[in-house]
Amino acid sequence: MFDVATEAVEAAVAAGARYADARVKHQRYESMSAQNGALEDLTQREAIGVGVRALVGSSWGFFAVGDLDDAAARRAGEQATAIARASAVVPGPDLDLLEIPVRQDSWASPCAEDPLSVSLADKGDLVVGVTDTMHRAGVPLASALYQVWDTRTWFVSSEGHRIDQHIRECGAGMHCLAIGEGSTQRRSYPAFRGDYGTAGWEQVRATDLPAHAERIAAEAQALLTAPQCPAGTTDVILGGEQMSLQIHESVGHAVELDRILGWEAGYAGTSWLDLAQLGRLRYGSELMNVTADPTLPGALGSFGYDDEGTPAAPNDIVRDGMWVGVLAGRDSAARAGLDYAGAVRSDGYARLPMVRMTNVGLLAGPDSLESMIAATDDGIFMEHNRSWSIDDKRRNFQFGCEIGWEIKNGERGRMLRNPTYTGIGPQFWASMDMLAGESERRFWGTPNCGKGQPGQVGHTGHPAMPARFRNVRVGVTG
Amino acid sequence: MTPADIAAQVVELVAAAQPGAEAAVTVSRETSALTRFAESFIHQNVADEADVVMLQVHVDGRTASAQGNGTSAEALTRLVESTLAAVALRPADSSYPGLAEPATLVAAGNWDGATATAEPDARAAVVRAFVDAAAGLSCAGYCQTGRVEAAFANSAGQAVSARVTEAGLSAVARTGRSDGVARDAGIALSALDGHRLGAAAAAKARNGMEQVDLPPGRYEVVLEAGAVSDLVGGLLWQGLNGKAVVEGRSFAQVGAQQFDQAITLYDDSTDERATGLPFDAEGTPKQRLELVAAGVVTGVPHDRRTAAACGTTSTACAVPGGERWGAFPSDVRLAAGTGDDLVAGVERGLLVTDFWYTRALDPRTLVYTGLTRNGVWLIENGGLGPAVSTLRFTQSYVDALAPGAVLGVSSQQYSVPGGVAPVARGTGSLVVPSLRLASWNITGGAAG
Repeated sequence: MFDVATEAVEAAVAAGARYADARVKHQRYESMSAQNGALEDLTQREAIGVGVRALVGSSWGFFAVGDLDDAAARRAGEQATAIARASAVVPGPDLDLLEIPVRQDSWASPCAEDPLSVSLADKGDLVVGVTDTMHRAGVPLASALYQVWDTRTWFVSSEGHRIDQHIRECGAGMHCLAIGEGSTQRRSYPAFRGDYGTAGWEQVRATDLPAHAERIAAEAQALLTAPQCPAGTTDVILGGEQMSLQIHESVGHAVELDRILGWEAGYAGTSWLDLAQLGRLRYGSELMNVTADPTLPGALGSFGYDDEGTPAAPNDIVRDGMWVGVLAGRDSAARAGLDYAGAVRSDGYARLPMVRMTNVGLLAGPDSLESMIAATDDGIFMEHNRSWSIDDKRRNFQFGCEIGWEIKNGERGRMLRNPTYTGIGPQFWASMDMLAGESERRFWGTPNCGKGQPGQVGHTGHPAMPARFRNVRVGVTG
Repeated sequence: MTPADIAAQVVELVAAAQPGAEAAVTVSRETSALTRFAESFIHQNVADEADVVMLQVHVDGRTASAQGNGTSAEALTRLVESTLAAVALRPADSSYPGLAEPATLVAAGNWDGATATAEPDARAAVVRAFVDAAAGLSCAGYCQTGRVEAAFANSAGQAVSARVTEAGLSAVARTGRSDGVARDAGIALSALDGHRLGAAAAAKARNGMEQVDLPPGRYEVVLEAGAVSDLVGGLLWQGLNGKAVVEGRSFAQVGAQQFDQAITLYDDSTDERATGLPFDAEGTPKQRLELVAAGVVTGVPHDRRTAAACGTTSTACAVPGGERWGAFPSDVRLAAGTGDDLVAGVERGLLVTDFWYTRALDPRTLVYTGLTRNGVWLIENGGLGPAVSTLRFTQSYVDALAPGAVLGVSSQQYSVPGGVAPVARGTGSLVVPSLRLASWNITGGAAG
């Protein structure tokens, strides 16, 4: 496959590109879903092809084909360069690429049990079995899903990179829906679409869906008659899964350098962050330490090299509450005058690599969920995301959770339905006064991060743990 | 080989490998090109060509499907073998609805040859015109073209093929304090007027620079096409969906007057502006499908599986992955009304350009939260007042369109790029008017 990528790069350069790179990607995907004790869907997809990126002057071009013969590869390289020339009809400022080490290497993600080698029958039994358990427990709609991605990449650049990677990712989840008079209540485990990692089937076994099926079915039904989350301002404790969503939406996307530079203004949006304030802006309380670390074993945003050939390396994003870093690629880093990149990925051979989150998450704090509840006189504990909405600058958010519990005088009280909270990112993070420690820190995986035009689906990881926030507006309803 | 040749070959391969097996094959040959710009320069410019082969087999009461992008004899044989291997491991599929019977297409698909072969220079020229017309404002957006040549064949004898093209432009002009947006879409790149759209976006942006804050509360609103497209999408994703109805989580009650009589919603791939294929993922020919007529829910999109569960017939809205997501229409139209100037009748309210990042809090009540984007203006005494800073809403989409709640529908319709749903291989279109609604629940502003 290196030969195909090399052919494409050489063709792009011969056509006039001053830089070119190519990725041959072979992707296999498998998922199975079940509902109410019956198999709902088995999807198996396979795609292979080559995508070529060419730089002419200050303008990029990209072309991809699903054929892997030499002629197709050459045509892809030539087309990428031709498209780059057309981009110069509306040219931008001078463009440099951050210098990175040129590597010839091979990398594979850790995988104890190949998920595609586990029998379909066994995997079917798992998702069918847990939905049957939930359905028998009384919920009208019980669903479960697993997903597996197996991606091999061969990357070649005109600078001399020659890197192959084999990344295996998988995960599973389940949810159920109780339907009442005019409303529904949902419970999930471990998260609505499941929890995912760069790991083998051991990730799914460790999730242990069967152990939680009856519990979430009972909770969904109980929520139908639980009191409504009150409207007002109170202290909020968020569970780890909801914290992963909070980090993803109000930190991860906000620190993407392409957004900060305005390159996503037409669609995904921009950011409330101004590069001139990097290193001087308070993002949150001193408990807030966020890193982007693609080297975390098993986390969904892990890799050996990004799709520009930059080796994986951790990077501080927020240190002691101060904003100190971004997620960058070679061109955006050079534009911003930064000396690091490494966060550029594509979701397949046919898509242009772009700035994406890696594993963006919190470092551990000194507290625990138990100590937070004990220290709270009046508040609400919310967990498991149900809805999420945030503005195009990543400041104003409103998130809903599946379940809440009243906290009174340091004790968890009655269940609350439809808990929501809303806030402004930097004010919200500044109010974080308790953060759980390493024993409650978990690498949550988000397999459905949408960005780009044409759209791409990114896989991101989020180390997160429970945290407490003070004086939060809750209970907004329609 | 043409997509029709490939589809026929796969049906034959299945028959040879597993006599008696039922097979359904969709082959899609796609070229997609998108020229993206920001800060008034083209920063991403991409194109890709792909063949996609989707196969579903049904053997001995079991069903399996698989997808690949290889069309060589070896690749097709491997796809057939792996799908047949998978089907043997599946449990019985008791709700398998059978294959679509042979039927001829009602529409041929809309095709523009120049768009099908558009070079990057042609898209760049549209971008150049948009940026120039914005006269110094920073511009960001995209211009795209696409072509799909697709064929479907099954072992029951159904064999159809068609080709479609699409073109779209969506972009903002930015002042630094405000954004203005303009969009258009259709089957031909030549119909996209970059200059007109750039000027319109710039005018909106300049008109929105000085913004005031508004307190939360209920406001009468005039929703422009971008915001209306979000409402329509919400109805289709969560409620007007056969699977949602089967599962009991939909608001929709066929035959009930659930919306204002000004609301008529339908799917029409026979429309000359349609960019969707004229058949669905199960090979059923599309025809005009009425969903809401004068406020009465008259139908929901079905594939063969959900239709069977409801005791009706497919509405030709099957999509890949529909087992999980349900059925979706491809060429959605909200009927125009008679209003020439919806703002003129509003004593005090809001003019909303777009909604952004909308998410359902409950699928049954269809309460959504989201924000405004690309401009909001206060309406006072029938005229536009000051621009308003970003607002958050929490509002039931069904209630917003309930009987008596729709005070006006514009006579002009607008084509919104992107469609509303994961349509069967290819493209889709969405054409909607502006709406004047009696009440919209604003629950916060940019400050919280």
